[in-house]
Amino acid sequence: MSAAAHLSWFARHEFRLAWREWLAMMTGGRRRRNRAVIGLLIFAAVLHLPAYAVVGRFADLQLPLDPGSLIVLTTTIFLAWALMLSQAIESVTRVFYARADLDLIMSSPVKLTNIFSVRIAAIALSVTSMALLLSTPFIDVLAIYGGPRWLAGFGVVIAIGLSAAAVAIAITVLLFRLIGPSKTRLVAQIVSAIIGAGFVIALQVAAILSYGTLSRFAVLTSDTATRIAPNPDSLVWWPARAALGDLEAMLLLLAFGLILLGSVMAAFAPRFADTIVSVAANPTSVTRGRGKSFRSGSRPQALRRKEFLLLRRDPWLMSQSLMQLLYLVPPALMLWRSFSDSAIAIVLITPVIVMAAGQLSGGLAWLTISGEDAAELVATAPLDPSRVIRAKIEVVLIVIGVLFAPLVIALGFASLLQATVTAIAILIATASAAAIQLWFRVQAKRTQFRRRQTSSRVATFAEAFCSIGWAATATLALTIPIGAIVTGIMTLLVLAGTWKISPKRA
Amino acid sequence: MTSQPSALAVRGLTKRFDRPAVDALDLTVRVGEFYALLGPNGAGKTTTLRMVAGLLRPDAGSVSILGIDALADPVAAKQVMAWVSDEPMIYDKLTPLEYLEFVAGLWGIDPKVSEASAHDLLISLGLEAHLHERCEGFSKGMRQKVALAGALVHEPRLIILDEPLTGLDALSARHVKGLLQARVRAGCTVIMTTHILEVAERMADRIGVIAAGKLVAEGTLAELRQQNGRTDTSLEDMFIALVETEAAAA
Repeated sequence: MSAAAHLSWFARHEFRLAWREWLAMMTGGRRRRNRAVIGLLIFAAVLHLPAYAVVGRFADLQLPLDPGSLIVLTTTIFLAWALMLSQAIESVTRVFYARADLDLIMSSPVKLTNIFSVRIAAIALSVTSMALLLSTPFIDVLAIYGGPRWLAGFGVVIAIGLSAAAVAIAITVLLFRLIGPSKTRLVAQIVSAIIGAGFVIALQVAAILSYGTLSRFAVLTSDTATRIAPNPDSLVWWPARAALGDLEAMLLLLAFGLILLGSVMAAFAPRFADTIVSVAANPTSVTRGRGKSFRSGSRPQALRRKEFLLLRRDPWLMSQSLMQLLYLVPPALMLWRSFSDSAIAIVLITPVIVMAAGQLSGGLAWLTISGEDAAELVATAPLDPSRVIRAKIEVVLIVIGVLFAPLVIALGFASLLQATVTAIAILIATASAAAIQLWFRVQAKRTQFRRRQTSSRVATFAEAFCSIGWAATATLALTIPIGAIVTGIMTLLVLAGTWKISPKRA
Repeated sequence: MTSQPSALAVRGLTKRFDRPAVDALDLTVRVGEFYALLGPNGAGKTTTLRMVAGLLRPDAGSVSILGIDALADPVAAKQVMAWVSDEPMIYDKLTPLEYLEFVAGLWGIDPKVSEASAHDLLISLGLEAHLHERCEGFSKGMRQKVALAGALVHEPRLIILDEPLTGLDALSARHVKGLLQARVRAGCTVIMTTHILEVAERMADRIGVIAAGKLVAEGTLAELRQQNGRTDTSLEDMFIALVETEAAAA
């Protein structure tokens, strides 16, 4: 086989793997390709409605734009790029550590630089494809109502997808060089989480500190932002101009993305092999545990201690928790500001806190209930299964309590009623998330945490709906109590419906 | 005079998946015995032992462990038993000592007793240098040794092992075999499945051969030879002959 044939063969292999992995994520590992494709098409079609609600009114935007609009559009594109970068860092890290086929590839008689160039291209393609999938409804709506010039948006998405993948590869390889393979995994996950959420949160923080509002647009459209923005001919506005249909800007942007990815391939593909060898040689550093004496206590206490220790040492959870906690920074700041001017906007903190608690407890409940690495050990221990489950749920409640109690206490100084309602809602949202995880539990390894959503789409959506439902109920309880009864009943119905179709009941 | 109960007494044990995996199996293992359960892949060895350990609910039959009805009172049965599978059940983020502390806590062992016992066990298995290292960097053999130490730290009276020597190097395998033999000498009962017939031949007091969910032969090596009609044959030859006969009969 010639080198070119070899490369195209390997590219086909990579794309087949990427397709199957994506399909497995969509179907939860069950082979339902047709259903997944139909489901995806329906989802994409339905997505056009919220897309219309969000961007429909901007369809008539034309060049030249006023500075405020240029800033908002450019910032939105940068945010999309940051999210793609976050996803790409995660993908690259996975390539390094998921060594299932790397031993085979590296022991085969092929030029590794070429092989890893294909793998880099596959990462770029998968990141860009996902972005295209999500952006298509928005671009469609803009093109339908504002003309075909908006189709240039696809070019912008491809360009930023390629550049995000290129930067992600450079960041990850550099992290390997700087801090070594054992720390890179954790640091890359945290960097990825911060990049994904940090930008939006930073804008919100700036908005709260300057204008007392959670809206990030307040900063972007402010006089200060307009004053310090570059002049209209600056390169900074090229992505915005390209998105608005400036073909020259779009082609230049695409060329930039391709050149950047090509340069990264040329620079880093030869080092990929070295990096992977260093990971293989030193998959994990020797981490020493505590050298304390054995502690006494009841059997459930032993279980709880183990769960706390594992949660504390779980890098996946750390990055996920960091994300949740980062989202809590803006409402916490808002709260702090509200002490002085008793703004009505303080009510908005409750849904944010309740949703964060619901989402975090869903993840924690999965880790403690489903993510049991020694399931058979626990199952063969002389302990009633109901006591095992109770101990694990207690861990979730304690962690949520410790994390959210300071916020609720602080809220109590501003409004005792709001603090009480928020605390009750946190408790109910946590209990709901834990119950859903219990009903849909599938024994898995903790390392599969990233894919916990794939085991059951129903559980994932139910968890999200319940978090939103309880957040809305708590907010309405503080503002329109009769509305709280309606949303509360609706959320309970979602929960009951979820229980009804859960495998544990069947 | 009251007779001592068997370490394990299984009667009419049945489990069906797509086909019968275990078919009305009767099995008795005496106290203080080293019992090797042999059989070809898919014969029902692991399913049988998983039902005994309480990991799988049988469709029919009874399981008695040291006189305790394991189906009626699983917690009491589990208190005196340990289960070790071929896939080590340990936590990557715990050190061997932390793991043993957790297991001892689950079995409600006094920490003063379990701490000393944990140190001794891990040292006897050659893990002295790794007592405070997290298990995430351990080899398969080291992980299996930690899992075995976990099974022994609560002083079980019945130890059930499913292919415990898989992936162990010669030295580690010798450590494990030595530890198990010492336990048997101390009065503990060991039931083990293995594909390494030489291990069964050397270590087991009695050997049971299972095929298609049924016990097709059982006894000491000498008894099995007698049943086979030859005194000079190896366990491997007898095992292959038994399995082929069963396959032909099926």
